[in-house]
Amino acid sequence: MELHELGLYELQSKLNQGEVSPQEIINAIFKRIHEVDDKVKAFLTLDEENAIKKAAALCKGENRTGLMAGMPFALKDLICTRGLRTTCASRMLENFIPTYDATVASRLNNAQGILIGKLNMDEFAMGCSNELSAFFPTHNPWDLNRVPGGSSGGAAAAVAAREVPVALGSDTAGSIRQPAAYCGVVGFKPSYGRVSRWGVAAYASSMDQVGVIARNVEDCALVLNTIAGKDPLDGTSADIEVPDYTSYLIPDIKGLRLGYPREFFAQPALDPGIKDLVEEALRKYEDMGAIVEEISLPYSEYALPVYYIIGPAEASANMACYDGVRFGLRDLEADNVLDMYCNSRANGFGDEVKRRVMWGTYVLSSGQYEAYYLKAMKVRRLIKNDFDNVFAHIDLIITPTTPTTAFKLGEKNNDFLTSCKNEVFTVSANLAGLPAISIPCGFSDGLPVGMQIIGSAFNEGKVLQAAYAFQQNTPYHQYKLQIGGEQK
Amino acid sequence: MTLTIKEIEDIALLARIKLQEDEKDKFAQQLNIVREFTNRIKELDTEGVEPLTHVLPTYNVFRDDNVCPSSPREEMLSNGPLVEDGQYKVPKIM
Repeated sequence: MELHELGLYELQSKLNQGEVSPQEIINAIFKRIHEVDDKVKAFLTLDEENAIKKAAALCKGENRTGLMAGMPFALKDLICTRGLRTTCASRMLENFIPTYDATVASRLNNAQGILIGKLNMDEFAMGCSNELSAFFPTHNPWDLNRVPGGSSGGAAAAVAAREVPVALGSDTAGSIRQPAAYCGVVGFKPSYGRVSRWGVAAYASSMDQVGVIARNVEDCALVLNTIAGKDPLDGTSADIEVPDYTSYLIPDIKGLRLGYPREFFAQPALDPGIKDLVEEALRKYEDMGAIVEEISLPYSEYALPVYYIIGPAEASANMACYDGVRFGLRDLEADNVLDMYCNSRANGFGDEVKRRVMWGTYVLSSGQYEAYYLKAMKVRRLIKNDFDNVFAHIDLIITPTTPTTAFKLGEKNNDFLTSCKNEVFTVSANLAGLPAISIPCGFSDGLPVGMQIIGSAFNEGKVLQAAYAFQQNTPYHQYKLQIGGEQK
Repeated sequence: MTLTIKEIEDIALLARIKLQEDEKDKFAQQLNIVREFTNRIKELDTEGVEPLTHVLPTYNVFRDDNVCPSSPREEMLSNGPLVEDGQYKVPKIM
Protein backbone atom coordinates (compact mmCIF):
# COMPACT_ATOMS: atom_id res chain seq x y z
CA MET A 1 0.00 0.00 0.00
CA GLU A 2 1.21 3.46 -0.79
CA LEU A 3 1.56 6.03 1.95
CA HIS A 4 -1.39 8.14 0.82
CA GLU A 5 -3.68 5.13 1.19
CA LEU A 6 -2.91 4.56 4.86
CA GLY A 7 -4.96 5.66 7.84
CA LEU A 8 -3.59 7.46 10.88
CA TYR A 9 -2.87 4.32 12.90
CA GLU A 10 -0.83 2.73 10.11
CA LEU A 11 1.03 5.97 9.42
CA GLN A 12 1.86 6.42 13.09
CA SER A 13 3.12 2.89 13.39
CA LYS A 14 5.38 3.34 10.34
CA LEU A 15 6.64 6.63 11.76
CA ASN A 16 7.34 5.12 15.17
CA GLN A 17 9.21 2.20 13.67
CA GLY A 18 11.35 4.57 11.63
CA GLU A 19 10.11 3.13 8.32
CA VAL A 20 9.09 6.53 7.03
CA SER A 21 9.77 10.17 7.87
CA PRO A 22 7.15 12.89 8.30
CA GLN A 23 8.49 14.51 5.11
CA GLU A 24 7.90 11.33 3.13
CA ILE A 25 4.31 11.21 4.36
CA ILE A 26 3.63 14.86 3.48
CA ASN A 27 5.32 14.49 0.10
CA ALA A 28 3.20 11.44 -0.68
CA ILE A 29 0.04 13.32 0.28
CA PHE A 30 0.80 16.31 -1.95
CA LYS A 31 1.87 14.03 -4.80
CA ARG A 32 -1.52 12.33 -4.58
CA ILE A 33 -3.36 15.66 -4.43
CA HIS A 34 -1.52 16.96 -7.49
CA GLU A 35 -2.38 13.73 -9.31
CA VAL A 36 -6.11 13.57 -8.65
CA ASP A 37 -7.47 16.88 -7.40
CA ASP A 38 -7.90 18.39 -10.84
CA LYS A 39 -10.58 15.72 -11.27
CA VAL A 40 -12.05 15.66 -7.76
CA LYS A 41 -11.68 19.39 -6.99
CA ALA A 42 -11.91 18.91 -3.23
CA PHE A 43 -9.43 21.61 -2.20
CA LEU A 44 -9.88 25.37 -2.36
CA THR A 45 -6.47 26.24 -0.88
CA LEU A 46 -3.34 24.18 -0.26
CA ASP A 47 -0.80 24.99 2.45
CA GLU A 48 2.05 23.04 0.92
CA GLU A 49 5.02 25.18 1.90
CA ASN A 50 4.04 25.36 5.57
CA ALA A 51 3.18 21.66 5.67
CA ILE A 52 6.62 20.73 4.39
CA LYS A 53 8.25 23.00 6.96
CA LYS A 54 6.20 21.47 9.80
CA ALA A 55 7.10 17.97 8.64
CA ALA A 56 10.80 18.86 8.58
CA ALA A 57 10.58 20.13 12.16
CA LEU A 58 9.26 16.70 13.20
CA CYS A 59 12.03 14.68 11.56
CA LYS A 60 13.55 13.76 14.94
CA GLY A 61 11.50 11.13 16.73
CA GLU A 62 11.96 12.74 20.16
CA ASN A 63 10.18 15.87 18.89
CA ARG A 64 7.08 13.88 18.11
CA THR A 65 5.14 13.95 21.36
CA GLY A 66 1.70 15.05 20.12
CA LEU A 67 -1.32 12.81 19.63
CA MET A 68 -1.36 13.67 15.91
CA ALA A 69 2.40 14.03 15.40
CA GLY A 70 3.20 14.20 11.71
CA MET A 71 -0.35 13.27 10.72
CA PRO A 72 -1.81 15.11 7.71
CA PHE A 73 -5.27 16.65 8.06
CA ALA A 74 -7.44 19.06 6.11
CA LEU A 75 -10.21 21.44 7.16
CA LYS A 76 -13.53 22.45 5.66
CA ASP A 77 -13.08 26.04 4.55
CA LEU A 78 -15.32 27.52 7.22
CA ILE A 79 -12.81 26.70 9.95
CA CYS A 80 -10.59 29.73 10.49
CA THR A 81 -6.85 29.26 9.99
CA ARG A 82 -4.51 32.05 10.96
CA GLY A 83 -2.80 33.54 7.94
CA LEU A 84 -4.46 31.08 5.55
CA ARG A 85 -7.38 32.19 3.37
CA THR A 86 -10.75 31.01 4.74
CA THR A 87 -13.54 31.58 2.24
CA CYS A 88 -16.62 29.57 3.34
CA ALA A 89 -16.71 28.94 -0.45
CA SER A 90 -18.28 32.39 -0.81
CA ARG A 91 -17.41 35.44 -2.91
CA MET A 92 -18.11 37.36 0.28
CA LEU A 93 -14.94 35.96 1.91
CA GLU A 94 -12.88 35.26 -1.20
CA ASN A 95 -9.93 37.24 0.20
CA PHE A 96 -10.49 36.79 3.94
CA ILE A 97 -7.33 35.95 5.90
CA PRO A 98 -8.21 35.08 9.52
CA THR A 99 -6.06 36.58 12.26
CA TYR A 100 -6.59 33.57 14.51
CA ASP A 101 -7.01 29.79 14.43
CA ALA A 102 -10.32 28.16 15.29
CA THR A 103 -10.00 26.15 18.51
CA VAL A 104 -10.26 22.85 16.60
CA ALA A 105 -7.47 23.97 14.26
CA SER A 106 -5.19 24.99 17.11
CA ARG A 107 -5.90 21.73 18.97
CA LEU A 108 -4.85 19.73 15.91
CA ASN A 109 -1.81 21.98 15.44
CA ASN A 110 -0.86 21.66 19.10
CA ALA A 111 -1.11 17.89 18.76
CA GLN A 112 1.48 18.27 15.95
CA GLY A 113 -0.91 17.41 13.14
CA ILE A 114 0.02 18.93 9.78
CA LEU A 115 -2.56 21.04 7.95
CA ILE A 116 -2.63 20.20 4.26
CA GLY A 117 -5.24 22.64 3.03
CA LYS A 118 -8.81 23.93 3.03
CA LEU A 119 -11.71 22.05 1.55
CA ASN A 120 -14.54 23.01 -0.75
CA MET A 121 -18.12 23.15 0.55
CA ASP A 122 -21.53 24.57 -0.21
CA GLU A 123 -21.42 28.32 0.39
CA PHE A 124 -21.56 29.00 4.15
CA ALA A 125 -22.52 25.32 4.64
CA MET A 126 -25.94 25.91 3.09
CA GLY A 127 -26.49 23.08 0.66
CA CYS A 128 -26.29 19.34 0.19
CA SER A 129 -24.29 18.75 -2.97
CA ASN A 130 -21.23 21.07 -3.03
CA GLU A 131 -22.68 22.52 -6.23
CA LEU A 132 -23.39 25.70 -4.27
CA SER A 133 -19.72 26.53 -3.78
CA ALA A 134 -19.21 29.98 -5.30
CA PHE A 135 -16.00 28.72 -6.92
CA PHE A 136 -16.54 25.26 -8.45
CA PRO A 137 -18.32 22.02 -7.61
CA THR A 138 -16.48 19.06 -6.09
CA HIS A 139 -16.89 15.71 -7.84
CA ASN A 140 -17.66 12.36 -6.22
CA PRO A 141 -14.51 10.22 -6.55
CA TRP A 142 -16.62 7.06 -7.09
CA ASP A 143 -18.26 8.62 -10.14
CA LEU A 144 -17.00 12.00 -11.26
CA ASN A 145 -20.38 12.83 -12.82
CA ARG A 146 -22.01 12.71 -9.41
CA VAL A 147 -22.05 15.07 -6.44
CA PRO A 148 -20.05 14.23 -3.31
CA GLY A 149 -22.92 15.46 -1.13
CA GLY A 150 -22.61 18.42 1.18
CA SER A 151 -22.09 20.70 2.67
CA SER A 152 -18.79 19.04 3.77
CA GLY A 153 -18.49 17.54 0.28
CA GLY A 154 -14.89 18.57 -0.24
CA ALA A 155 -13.94 16.87 3.03
CA ALA A 156 -15.68 13.60 2.17
CA ALA A 157 -14.37 13.58 -1.40
CA ALA A 158 -10.76 14.32 -0.36
CA VAL A 159 -10.80 11.52 2.23
CA ALA A 160 -12.46 9.07 -0.18
CA ALA A 161 -9.99 9.94 -2.96
CA ARG A 162 -7.11 9.27 -0.54
CA GLU A 163 -5.89 12.84 -0.81
CA VAL A 164 -5.81 13.11 2.98
CA PRO A 165 -6.53 10.51 5.70
CA VAL A 166 -8.77 12.71 7.86
CA ALA A 167 -10.62 16.01 7.62
CA LEU A 168 -12.84 18.12 9.80
CA GLY A 169 -16.25 19.15 8.57
CA SER A 170 -19.32 20.68 10.15
CA ASP A 171 -22.83 19.27 10.38
CA THR A 172 -26.03 21.25 10.90
CA ALA A 173 -28.56 18.84 9.37
CA GLY A 174 -26.37 16.07 7.98
CA SER A 175 -23.52 17.97 6.34
CA ILE A 176 -20.88 15.49 7.57
CA ARG A 177 -22.87 12.26 7.46
CA GLN A 178 -24.62 12.71 4.10
CA PRO A 179 -21.41 13.39 2.10
CA ALA A 180 -19.64 10.61 4.04
CA ALA A 181 -22.40 8.23 2.92
CA TYR A 182 -22.23 9.43 -0.70
CA CYS A 183 -18.45 9.04 -0.77
CA GLY A 184 -18.19 5.70 1.09
CA VAL A 185 -16.28 7.01 4.11
CA VAL A 186 -16.92 7.44 7.83
CA GLY A 187 -18.44 10.72 9.02
CA PHE A 188 -19.00 11.48 12.70
CA LYS A 189 -21.02 14.34 14.12
CA PRO A 190 -20.49 14.41 17.90
CA SER A 191 -23.09 15.63 20.43
CA TYR A 192 -23.92 19.31 20.36
CA GLY A 193 -21.36 20.98 22.64
CA ARG A 194 -18.79 18.15 22.52
CA VAL A 195 -16.49 20.11 20.20
CA SER A 196 -15.78 23.84 20.27
CA ARG A 197 -17.28 25.96 17.50
CA TRP A 198 -15.07 28.96 18.20
CA GLY A 199 -13.56 30.26 14.97
CA VAL A 200 -15.94 28.20 12.86
CA ALA A 201 -18.23 30.33 10.68
CA ALA A 202 -21.72 29.92 12.11
CA TYR A 203 -24.74 28.82 10.10
CA ALA A 204 -27.38 27.69 12.64
CA SER A 205 -25.76 27.98 16.03
CA SER A 206 -28.13 25.74 17.99
CA MET A 207 -27.44 22.84 15.60
CA ASP A 208 -23.94 23.36 14.15
CA GLN A 209 -21.34 20.87 15.28
CA VAL A 210 -17.78 20.20 14.11
CA GLY A 211 -16.93 16.58 13.41
CA VAL A 212 -14.60 14.17 11.67
CA ILE A 213 -14.48 12.48 8.28
CA ALA A 214 -12.08 9.53 7.96
CA ARG A 215 -11.73 6.21 6.17
CA ASN A 216 -12.14 4.14 9.31
CA VAL A 217 -13.70 4.38 12.75
CA GLU A 218 -10.44 4.29 14.71
CA ASP A 219 -9.13 7.40 12.94
CA CYS A 220 -12.37 9.16 13.89
CA ALA A 221 -11.81 8.23 17.53
CA LEU A 222 -8.23 9.49 17.50
CA VAL A 223 -9.16 12.85 15.98
CA LEU A 224 -12.11 13.22 18.35
CA ASN A 225 -9.71 12.66 21.26
CA THR A 226 -7.73 15.62 19.95
CA ILE A 227 -10.56 18.10 19.36
CA ALA A 228 -13.23 17.28 21.98
CA GLY A 229 -13.72 19.10 25.26
CA LYS A 230 -14.65 22.34 26.92
CA ASP A 231 -13.33 25.53 25.34
CA PRO A 232 -13.46 28.73 27.37
CA LEU A 233 -13.91 30.62 24.09
CA ASP A 234 -17.15 28.78 23.25
CA GLY A 235 -19.78 29.26 25.96
CA THR A 236 -21.89 26.46 24.47
CA SER A 237 -19.11 23.87 24.59
CA ALA A 238 -19.99 21.32 27.26
CA ASP A 239 -18.04 21.00 30.47
CA ILE A 240 -18.35 17.23 30.48
CA GLU A 241 -15.41 14.89 30.86
CA VAL A 242 -13.94 13.58 27.61
CA PRO A 243 -13.22 9.84 27.77
CA ASP A 244 -10.48 8.20 25.71
CA TYR A 245 -12.55 7.37 22.65
CA THR A 246 -10.03 4.83 21.41
CA SER A 247 -10.88 2.71 24.47
CA TYR A 248 -14.25 2.00 22.83
CA LEU A 249 -12.63 0.36 19.81
CA ILE A 250 -13.60 -3.16 20.81
CA PRO A 251 -15.34 -5.40 18.29
CA ASP A 252 -17.85 -6.65 20.84
CA ILE A 253 -21.44 -5.50 21.08
CA LYS A 254 -23.04 -8.45 22.85
CA GLY A 255 -26.23 -7.39 24.61
CA LEU A 256 -26.28 -3.90 23.09
CA ARG A 257 -29.86 -2.83 22.35
CA LEU A 258 -30.31 -1.40 18.87
CA GLY A 259 -33.54 0.19 17.68
CA TYR A 260 -34.61 0.83 14.09
CA PRO A 261 -37.28 3.51 13.67
CA ARG A 262 -40.21 2.21 11.66
CA GLU A 263 -40.96 5.67 10.27
CA PHE A 264 -37.53 5.87 8.61
CA PHE A 265 -37.75 2.45 6.98
CA ALA A 266 -41.25 3.23 5.70
CA GLN A 267 -40.13 6.47 4.00
CA PRO A 268 -41.45 6.38 0.42
CA ALA A 269 -38.29 8.15 -0.81
CA LEU A 270 -36.06 5.36 0.58
CA ASP A 271 -34.26 3.50 -2.22
CA PRO A 272 -35.04 -0.26 -1.89
CA GLY A 273 -31.36 -1.10 -2.43
CA ILE A 274 -30.39 1.02 0.57
CA LYS A 275 -33.20 -0.39 2.69
CA ASP A 276 -32.03 -3.95 1.95
CA LEU A 277 -28.44 -3.15 2.90
CA VAL A 278 -29.36 -1.56 6.24
CA GLU A 279 -31.71 -4.44 7.04
CA GLU A 280 -28.88 -6.82 6.24
CA ALA A 281 -26.66 -4.79 8.58
CA LEU A 282 -29.26 -5.19 11.34
CA ARG A 283 -29.17 -8.98 10.85
CA LYS A 284 -25.37 -8.81 11.00
CA TYR A 285 -25.64 -6.99 14.33
CA GLU A 286 -27.99 -9.66 15.59
CA ASP A 287 -25.50 -12.33 14.57
CA MET A 288 -22.89 -10.42 16.53
CA GLY A 289 -25.03 -10.62 19.66
CA ALA A 290 -26.91 -7.32 19.66
CA ILE A 291 -30.60 -7.13 20.50
CA VAL A 292 -32.43 -5.50 17.59
CA GLU A 293 -35.93 -4.12 17.93
CA GLU A 294 -38.33 -1.84 16.12
CA ILE A 295 -38.87 1.59 17.66
CA SER A 296 -40.97 4.62 16.83
CA LEU A 297 -40.01 8.28 16.44
CA PRO A 298 -43.47 9.63 15.60
CA TYR A 299 -42.53 13.29 15.26
CA SER A 300 -39.52 12.65 13.02
CA GLU A 301 -41.55 13.43 9.90
CA TYR A 302 -41.68 17.04 11.08
CA ALA A 303 -37.92 17.34 11.52
CA LEU A 304 -37.16 18.76 8.07
CA PRO A 305 -39.88 21.43 8.16
CA VAL A 306 -38.73 22.41 11.67
CA TYR A 307 -35.14 22.62 10.46
CA TYR A 308 -36.26 24.77 7.52
CA ILE A 309 -37.56 27.31 10.02
CA ILE A 310 -35.01 27.25 12.83
CA GLY A 311 -31.97 26.87 10.54
CA PRO A 312 -32.72 29.91 8.37
CA ALA A 313 -33.89 31.93 11.39
CA GLU A 314 -30.54 31.45 13.10
CA ALA A 315 -28.71 31.92 9.80
CA SER A 316 -30.40 35.27 9.22
CA ALA A 317 -28.93 36.50 12.50
CA ASN A 318 -25.51 34.90 12.01
CA MET A 319 -25.10 36.25 8.48
CA ALA A 320 -25.67 39.81 9.66
CA CYS A 321 -21.95 40.08 10.41
CA TYR A 322 -21.18 40.11 6.68
CA ASP A 323 -21.84 43.80 6.23
CA GLY A 324 -18.80 44.87 4.23
CA VAL A 325 -17.34 46.93 7.07
CA ARG A 326 -14.71 44.89 8.91
CA PHE A 327 -14.01 42.13 6.41
CA GLY A 328 -15.40 40.59 3.27
CA LEU A 329 -16.73 41.99 0.05
CA ARG A 330 -17.81 45.64 0.00
CA ASP A 331 -19.54 47.74 -2.62
CA LEU A 332 -17.06 50.60 -2.63
CA GLU A 333 -19.24 52.75 -4.91
CA ALA A 334 -22.20 53.06 -2.53
CA ASP A 335 -22.57 56.61 -1.18
CA ASN A 336 -24.73 55.73 1.82
CA VAL A 337 -24.54 53.01 4.44
CA LEU A 338 -27.82 51.30 3.57
CA ASP A 339 -26.81 50.86 -0.08
CA MET A 340 -23.38 49.70 1.04
CA TYR A 341 -24.94 46.92 3.16
CA CYS A 342 -27.55 45.90 0.60
CA ASN A 343 -25.24 45.93 -2.42
CA SER A 344 -22.32 44.24 -0.66
CA ARG A 345 -24.57 41.40 0.45
CA ALA A 346 -26.30 41.16 -2.93
CA ASN A 347 -22.90 40.84 -4.63
CA GLY A 348 -21.28 38.60 -2.01
CA PHE A 349 -23.97 35.97 -1.36
CA GLY A 350 -25.21 33.25 -3.69
CA ASP A 351 -28.92 32.55 -4.18
CA GLU A 352 -29.22 29.81 -1.55
CA VAL A 353 -27.70 32.04 1.12
CA LYS A 354 -30.04 34.88 0.10
CA ARG A 355 -33.04 32.54 0.22
CA ARG A 356 -32.23 31.26 3.69
CA VAL A 357 -31.40 34.70 5.08
CA MET A 358 -34.64 36.17 3.68
CA TRP A 359 -36.77 33.23 4.78
CA GLY A 360 -35.17 33.39 8.23
CA THR A 361 -35.87 37.11 8.39
CA TYR A 362 -39.50 36.41 7.51
CA VAL A 363 -40.10 33.69 10.12
CA LEU A 364 -38.66 35.96 12.81
CA SER A 365 -40.62 39.04 11.73
CA SER A 366 -43.46 40.32 13.87
CA GLY A 367 -46.67 38.66 12.80
CA GLN A 368 -44.87 35.47 11.70
CA TYR A 369 -42.74 34.71 14.75
CA GLU A 370 -45.42 32.77 16.65
CA ALA A 371 -46.71 30.89 13.63
CA TYR A 372 -43.30 29.75 12.44
CA TYR A 373 -40.32 30.21 14.76
CA LEU A 374 -42.02 29.69 18.10
CA LYS A 375 -44.11 26.83 16.74
CA ALA A 376 -40.98 25.18 15.30
CA MET A 377 -39.23 25.37 18.67
CA LYS A 378 -42.19 23.61 20.27
CA VAL A 379 -42.14 20.86 17.68
CA ARG A 380 -38.39 20.62 18.20
CA ARG A 381 -39.18 19.77 21.84
CA LEU A 382 -41.53 16.99 20.71
CA ILE A 383 -38.83 15.60 18.40
CA LYS A 384 -36.30 15.58 21.24
CA ASN A 385 -38.85 13.95 23.56
CA ASP A 386 -39.20 11.11 21.03
CA PHE A 387 -35.49 10.40 21.39
CA ASP A 388 -35.56 10.69 25.19
CA ASN A 389 -38.35 8.10 25.30
CA VAL A 390 -36.49 5.71 23.01
CA PHE A 391 -33.16 6.04 24.79
CA ALA A 392 -34.84 5.10 28.06
CA HIS A 393 -34.79 1.49 26.90
CA ILE A 394 -32.38 1.17 23.97
CA ASP A 395 -28.69 2.04 23.49
CA LEU A 396 -28.42 3.10 19.86
CA ILE A 397 -30.61 3.86 16.86
CA ILE A 398 -29.78 2.43 13.42
CA THR A 399 -31.07 4.07 10.23
CA PRO A 400 -30.02 4.57 6.64
CA THR A 401 -27.95 7.78 6.41
CA THR A 402 -29.66 8.96 3.22
CA PRO A 403 -32.70 7.79 1.24
CA THR A 404 -30.72 7.66 -2.03
CA THR A 405 -27.13 7.35 -3.19
CA ALA A 406 -25.21 10.28 -4.73
CA PHE A 407 -27.18 12.06 -7.44
CA LYS A 408 -25.77 13.45 -10.68
CA LEU A 409 -24.22 16.90 -10.89
CA GLY A 410 -26.82 19.33 -12.18
CA GLU A 411 -29.67 16.86 -11.65
CA LYS A 412 -31.37 18.93 -8.96
CA ASN A 413 -30.34 22.40 -10.06
CA ASN A 414 -33.90 23.52 -10.59
CA ASP A 415 -35.21 22.08 -7.39
CA PHE A 416 -33.43 23.67 -4.47
CA LEU A 417 -35.65 22.03 -1.86
CA THR A 418 -35.51 18.42 -3.10
CA SER A 419 -31.75 18.04 -2.84
CA CYS A 420 -31.92 18.81 0.86
CA LYS A 421 -34.69 16.31 1.45
CA ASN A 422 -31.79 13.87 1.40
CA GLU A 423 -31.16 15.06 4.94
CA VAL A 424 -34.46 13.58 6.09
CA PHE A 425 -32.76 10.87 8.21
CA THR A 426 -29.88 12.96 9.53
CA VAL A 427 -31.52 16.23 10.61
CA SER A 428 -33.25 14.89 13.74
CA ALA A 429 -29.92 14.22 15.47
CA ASN A 430 -29.03 17.91 15.07
CA LEU A 431 -32.38 19.10 16.39
CA ALA A 432 -31.92 16.87 19.44
CA GLY A 433 -28.14 17.48 19.79
CA LEU A 434 -27.23 13.79 19.55
CA PRO A 435 -24.01 12.09 18.38
CA ALA A 436 -24.40 10.26 15.05
CA ILE A 437 -22.05 8.51 12.68
CA SER A 438 -22.36 7.34 9.10
CA ILE A 439 -20.35 4.26 8.13
CA PRO A 440 -20.14 2.36 4.84
CA CYS A 441 -22.57 -0.60 4.68
CA GLY A 442 -22.37 -1.68 1.05
CA PHE A 443 -23.10 -0.54 -2.49
CA SER A 444 -26.28 0.06 -4.41
CA ASP A 445 -25.87 0.17 -8.20
CA GLY A 446 -22.13 0.58 -7.70
CA LEU A 447 -22.42 3.59 -5.42
CA PRO A 448 -21.58 3.60 -1.71
CA VAL A 449 -24.34 3.44 0.90
CA GLY A 450 -24.10 4.76 4.45
CA MET A 451 -25.67 3.47 7.63
CA GLN A 452 -26.32 5.90 10.46
CA ILE A 453 -25.86 5.08 14.15
CA ILE A 454 -27.34 7.63 16.57
CA GLY A 455 -26.49 7.63 20.29
CA SER A 456 -27.83 9.43 23.32
CA ALA A 457 -26.20 12.75 24.19
CA PHE A 458 -22.48 12.48 25.06
CA ASN A 459 -22.43 8.74 24.42
CA GLU A 460 -20.00 9.06 21.52
CA GLY A 461 -18.09 6.06 22.85
CA LYS A 462 -20.98 3.65 22.39
CA VAL A 463 -21.61 4.96 18.86
CA LEU A 464 -17.95 4.38 17.99
CA GLN A 465 -18.06 0.92 19.54
CA ALA A 466 -21.00 -0.22 17.42
CA ALA A 467 -19.49 1.38 14.32
CA TYR A 468 -16.14 -0.27 14.94
CA ALA A 469 -17.70 -3.69 15.56
CA PHE A 470 -19.57 -3.46 12.25
CA GLN A 471 -16.48 -2.30 10.41
CA GLN A 472 -14.38 -5.17 11.78
CA ASN A 473 -16.99 -7.70 10.68
CA THR A 474 -17.62 -6.34 7.17
CA PRO A 475 -15.42 -5.53 4.17
CA TYR A 476 -17.14 -2.32 3.00
CA HIS A 477 -14.64 0.27 4.22
CA GLN A 478 -11.81 -1.55 2.44
CA TYR A 479 -13.15 -1.29 -1.10
CA LYS A 480 -10.87 0.86 -3.18
CA LEU A 481 -12.24 3.25 -5.70
CA GLN A 482 -10.62 4.21 -8.99
CA ILE A 483 -10.86 7.82 -9.95
CA GLY A 484 -11.75 8.55 -13.57
CA GLY A 485 -10.05 5.54 -15.13
CA GLU A 486 -7.19 5.42 -12.61
CA GLN A 487 -5.24 2.14 -12.59
CA LYS A 488 -5.47 -0.04 -9.51
CA MET B 1 -52.06 32.89 1.15
CA THR B 2 -48.75 33.44 -0.60
CA LEU B 3 -45.93 35.92 -0.22
CA THR B 4 -46.39 38.98 -2.40
CA ILE B 5 -43.74 41.00 -4.24
CA LYS B 6 -44.31 43.77 -1.69
CA GLU B 7 -43.58 41.35 1.17
CA ILE B 8 -40.43 40.12 -0.61
CA GLU B 9 -39.27 43.73 -0.94
CA ASP B 10 -39.87 44.31 2.76
CA ILE B 11 -38.04 41.13 3.76
CA ALA B 12 -35.10 41.90 1.46
CA LEU B 13 -34.76 45.36 2.98
CA LEU B 14 -34.87 43.93 6.52
CA ALA B 15 -32.27 41.35 5.47
CA ARG B 16 -30.18 44.10 3.81
CA ILE B 17 -30.04 42.34 0.45
CA LYS B 18 -30.64 44.34 -2.72
CA LEU B 19 -32.78 42.47 -5.23
CA GLN B 20 -33.06 43.08 -8.96
CA GLU B 21 -36.60 43.27 -10.36
CA ASP B 22 -36.48 39.79 -11.91
CA GLU B 23 -35.13 38.31 -8.68
CA LYS B 24 -38.14 39.49 -6.70
CA ASP B 25 -40.42 37.24 -8.69
CA LYS B 26 -38.04 34.29 -8.51
CA PHE B 27 -37.50 34.55 -4.75
CA ALA B 28 -41.23 35.08 -4.14
CA GLN B 29 -41.96 31.79 -5.90
CA GLN B 30 -39.15 29.93 -4.14
CA LEU B 31 -39.97 31.22 -0.67
CA ASN B 32 -43.58 30.26 -1.25
CA ILE B 33 -42.41 26.70 -1.85
CA VAL B 34 -40.46 26.77 1.44
CA ARG B 35 -43.48 28.27 3.15
CA GLU B 36 -45.74 25.55 1.82
CA PHE B 37 -43.24 22.92 3.00
CA THR B 38 -42.91 24.34 6.50
CA ASN B 39 -46.62 25.02 6.95
CA ARG B 40 -46.99 21.31 7.74
CA ILE B 41 -45.99 21.89 11.34
CA LYS B 42 -49.11 24.01 11.86
CA GLU B 43 -51.24 20.85 11.85
CA LEU B 44 -49.65 19.73 15.14
CA ASP B 45 -51.23 20.49 18.49
CA THR B 46 -48.48 22.04 20.59
CA GLU B 47 -50.69 23.37 23.35
CA GLY B 48 -48.66 23.45 26.57
CA VAL B 49 -45.40 22.37 24.93
CA GLU B 50 -42.40 24.30 26.20
CA PRO B 51 -40.34 25.66 23.26
CA LEU B 52 -36.88 24.08 22.98
CA THR B 53 -34.41 26.92 22.60
CA HIS B 54 -31.30 24.93 23.35
CA VAL B 55 -30.55 21.22 23.70
CA LEU B 56 -28.11 21.68 26.58
CA PRO B 57 -28.95 23.20 29.93
CA THR B 58 -28.12 26.87 29.48
CA TYR B 59 -26.59 29.10 32.08
CA ASN B 60 -24.62 32.29 32.11
CA VAL B 61 -20.89 31.84 31.68
CA PHE B 62 -18.86 34.21 33.83
CA ARG B 63 -15.14 34.86 33.86
CA ASP B 64 -12.87 37.21 35.73
CA ASP B 65 -12.41 40.56 34.05
CA ASN B 66 -8.70 40.19 33.35
CA VAL B 67 -6.74 41.87 30.60
CA CYS B 68 -5.42 39.26 28.20
CA PRO B 69 -3.81 39.34 24.74
CA SER B 70 -6.04 40.02 21.76
CA SER B 71 -5.44 40.18 18.03
CA PRO B 72 -3.16 43.06 17.03
CA ARG B 73 -5.05 46.08 15.68
CA GLU B 74 -3.13 46.26 12.40
CA GLU B 75 -3.80 42.59 11.70
CA MET B 76 -7.51 42.95 12.38
CA LEU B 77 -7.71 46.02 10.16
CA SER B 78 -5.90 44.25 7.34
CA ASN B 79 -9.15 42.49 6.34
CA GLY B 80 -11.08 45.78 6.22
CA PRO B 81 -12.23 46.67 2.71
CA LEU B 82 -11.67 50.36 3.43
CA VAL B 83 -9.40 51.53 6.24
CA GLU B 84 -8.06 54.98 7.09
CA ASP B 85 -5.98 56.22 10.03
CA GLY B 86 -6.28 52.90 11.84
CA GLN B 87 -10.07 52.82 11.54
CA TYR B 88 -12.73 51.28 9.32
CA LYS B 89 -14.16 53.78 6.90
CA VAL B 90 -17.83 53.78 5.87
CA PRO B 91 -20.03 56.23 3.94
CA LYS B 92 -21.41 59.19 5.88
CA ILE B 93 -24.20 58.11 8.23
CA MET B 94 -25.60 61.50 9.23
